[in-house]
Parts: sequence; structure tokens; C-alpha cells
Amino acid sequence: MTKKIRVASGQGFWGDWLEAPRRQVEGGPVDYLMLDYLAEVTMSILQKQKERDPNMGYARDFIGAMESVMTAVTERGVKVIANAGGVNPPACADAILALADKLGVRGKLKVGVVTGDDLLPRLDELIASGHALSNMDTGEPLSTVRDRVLSANAYIGSTPIVQALSQGAQVVITGRSTDTALTMAPLRYEFGWKADDWNRLAAGIIAGHILECGAQSSGGNCLYDWQNIPDLADVGYPIAEASEDGTFVIYKHPNTGGRINVPSVTEQLVYEMGDPHTYITPDVVADFTSIRVSTDGENRVKVHGIVGREATDKLKVSIAYRSGFKAVGTLVYSWPDAMPKAELADRVLRERLERLGLKFDHILTEFVGVNSTHGPLAGSPARDIPEVQFRIGVRSNSRTDVERFTRELAPLVLNGPPSVTGFAGGRPKVEEIVAYWPALVDKTVVTPQVEVRS
Amino acid sequence: MKVRLVDLAHTRSGDKGDTANVGVIALRPEWYPVISAQLTRERVAAHFKGMIDGDVERFELPNLNALNFLLHGALDGGGTLSLKTDAQGKVYSTALLRMVLDVPDAEAKAAGMPEAPR
Repeated sequence: MTKKIRVASGQGFWGDWLEAPRRQVEGGPVDYLMLDYLAEVTMSILQKQKERDPNMGYARDFIGAMESVMTAVTERGVKVIANAGGVNPPACADAILALADKLGVRGKLKVGVVTGDDLLPRLDELIASGHALSNMDTGEPLSTVRDRVLSANAYIGSTPIVQALSQGAQVVITGRSTDTALTMAPLRYEFGWKADDWNRLAAGIIAGHILECGAQSSGGNCLYDWQNIPDLADVGYPIAEASEDGTFVIYKHPNTGGRINVPSVTEQLVYEMGDPHTYITPDVVADFTSIRVSTDGENRVKVHGIVGREATDKLKVSIAYRSGFKAVGTLVYSWPDAMPKAELADRVLRERLERLGLKFDHILTEFVGVNSTHGPLAGSPARDIPEVQFRIGVRSNSRTDVERFTRELAPLVLNGPPSVTGFAGGRPKVEEIVAYWPALVDKTVVTPQVEVRS
Repeated sequence: MKVRLVDLAHTRSGDKGDTANVGVIALRPEWYPVISAQLTRERVAAHFKGMIDGDVERFELPNLNALNFLLHGALDGGGTLSLKTDAQGKVYSTALLRMVLDVPDAEAKAAGMPEAPR
């Protein structure tokens, strides 16, 4: 029988289902467990944690996940690939080795650590040597916000993960790897795909795209025929069963809920899609218009025909910087005349904010239940709508002004329109905005490092 | 004949900065050509007028019976800057499903499309 490699998705973001990793290694045979923890803003949160404590800065959920799957790793040879390292992969590896100590399996565990994506300590040097790190959306050079930068990480690809695996790592911990590389790397390692085998590499990337959001391809958040998707309480997360030629089947363990079919996989394929001809990764440019999907039995979808082309000479850099403050608050108005009451509350509050002379870059009002998701397309609400949530947010560079806004909402309960409730949560919280600055950097300036610890 | 897009397609959306993407997938392969012909860049831009500040881009994925639209300036700044409930554009795609298409009778009947309720 030809070799098949099974990569199981066990986490689609930091905060995803804690049960999923264990269920993926216990529900049936798999070769790899892929855990994706990092979203665009996650790195800056982790950077703040690391500033407070140099041993922090990684996704701590990963420790619990590893505890739940450790036996499968040390006894059955399941390997784990995770970008849980955040801004501190070495500390994350230390925590996993400490866990192995506690579980008495330290002698049986090799942990690979991938570093080199963190550009924060090198930013000034990079800018001085002519790397403008201009914002991909606005074209502004990074120097305009340099003093407010919190984190800067290059998205790195599959190569260092492949190296760690070839050095015997059973658990590979990365920082800001691309989500898709976490799935592609083990396939590239197992099948010995060449670094310029664009079609196969692109297939591995697309398998990664289908797996990287956990159950979003196996029935979760699936609009197609959602009423008939069975047993979401027991949803099975997706697994890619790949062959050497780059074709793969998406399936889930038997006796689990959810549903994998062509529509569920297609919905995930178009999720967060840009130009489908040009899905750029550090390893390859994948062409999503080449993808063919077909049914391959119950809860099995075959994906094939994928075409890729040569990667670019740049890496994307994810930069987070402080960008002012915001707060959002809500109140609920009830029938009769719920909507006119909520609209009056909005007018009253805005007039008071103006009289106080507060400076906001932006004020946004939404009426939840009426227009918060579909805006004017939703039309006017029914006259007898039972309730409306008035939701107002402000943004400003002045923390003081945002703080004062948070004091102006609650008084409306006693001195504004009637039939109001839903303020039990207290004053809205002032949040510092950590904004995202996407940039590109020459590949040559980023050198990932791999270390395997035991 | 008036046909509701919600009866013809399913959708999913996500974000990239201040841009929302809306992927539209035909519920039946034979409906894809009609959907593709009807959902022009201009019509989708007109549908979202007042909700987005920027341009609309349109891409075809015939293998998947799907279209992808990029709605620029759709998310009140996007990501952490946005004050919107749907700051990440997660349900923007359902707003597109509110479109009602005017499909020539013969074409709609031949493709077995359900008529919009009057």
C-alpha cells in the first residue's frame, strides 16, 4: 500500500476547544497533530506578557493540550507541530520539557524549537540599512510609528520545521510560522518533496488552509444546510490524509459529529481569501483556482489538481503598534417603541459628549437586533420589535477622553429615555488599541534557527 | 423572474485588515453560470453602497462553482481599530445574500431556480 500521512487539526486559534487535541489523537490513527494558536493580534498580546515576565510570551493553552496528548506522542509516535511559541518559543519548549518531567517521560521526548522570526530587536538596524518596512496597505514607512511598535515578526515557512523533524523532534514549536506551513511541513518531510516542487508544496499549503481553522471545514460555522449538520456537540475536527503526489482527502474520525462534504470544505477554502490566483506563502505561491474537490465517500472529500508556482523573494512581516484607545458600551431598550427609545438615547449621549468637548477620532453607533450586521440593507425594524441593544463605541488618542465617555453611558439609565436595562456589566472598559501593520522584508535578512532539545 | 440569492448560494466571509472577503458558492453547479453572470462587480458594489468606503474586486473560481469578492474599506478600519460588532467581517457574506436577482424567465426555469416569494 502506498504511504499516506494523516495530519489532524486540533486547534484553529488560541481559545479553540480544549477537548479537540485529545479527541484527535484518541479517535483513530493519525501521524501528526497540528495546532494553530496565532492570529494577527496575538503576537502583541504575547509580547506584552513577555515584557512583564521574560518566561512568558507563548500560548499557555498549549501546555494543557500537550498534557492531554503526551501518551500518544511518547508511546504511539504521534508528532505535534504548533506555532504555540508566540514571541518566546524557547520558554514554551522549557515548559513542555518541564511537563514531560512531571509526567515522567522526559527521556522519551525530543522538542524542536524554531526561532528567528522575531525582528523586534533588529528593527532599528533593519530600518537603518534601508528596509523601510512600509505598510502594505498605506505605503507609509514604519519609521512613522517606530516608537509605538510592540512586536514585529516575519512569517516563516516550512523549511525550519522540516529540519526539526529530520533531527528527530517529536514536538516542533515555532513562533510566527505561517498557519499553513504547520501542515505542509510534515508532508514535505515525510514525502521528501523538493523545495521547488511547486505543485506539491501548493497542495500541502491548501491542505493547511483547510485545516488551520479547526472545525470550520468539518461542519462548524457552516452555512450550507446547517440545520441538518449532525451532532455539533460532538463535532469531529478535520484530518488531511495526504499522498506523495499531493492529492489529499479531508475526513474526520468515525463516530464524531459535524459533517465533511464538498460544501463544507469549499466554504473553508473561500474563507479569508484574497486574489485566489495568488495565495502567497514563504514556500510557494498557490493557485486556488486550480483546486478540484470531489466526494470520496461519507464525510470524505478528495482535493486534487492543485497548481503552484515559484515563491517570491519577500517575507510578510506582522507588526503590532500602539494606536490610541477605544471603548464600547451597550444598553438595552424594550418594547413599546424600543427603536425610537434607543435612537433618542444615542442623540442624548452624543449631545452630552459634544458639550463636554471630548475629542474622538470616531464614534460609531449600532442598534443590535436592527442594523449591526447588515447596516442599511436590513431596512427598518418592525414597529413592535421586542427589544433593541444600543451599542456605541468611541476611538481617540486621548485615554482621558475615552475614559470620560465610559462614565456617560450609565447615567442614561436614570436620566435618559425609559424602559432601559442591560447595564449589569458596569462601565465599559477602556482598551488600548494595538493596531496591525503588514509589511514585506527581503527573505535574505531572516534566518530561521532550529534547535532540538531532549 | 425574481430569484433570491439566498436560495441559490451559500457564503462565507473573513477579513484582511479593513477588507472583508465574501466567498459565494452556488448551491447547485448548474446555477453557477447564472450567479456568475448576475453578480458583476458593479452590482455588488451598488448593493453595498453606504456600507463600504473602497472598491470592490471580483474573482472567479469555476472549479469550485464560486466567486470571491473583496470589499475594501468595509470594516470601519478593521481588526482592533474597528468599533463594529462585526469587526472581522465574519457575517458580511450574509448581507450579500439579501440580493434579489432578475433572471430571464426561461433561463431561471431551465435551471430550476426557485422564484422569490412575492
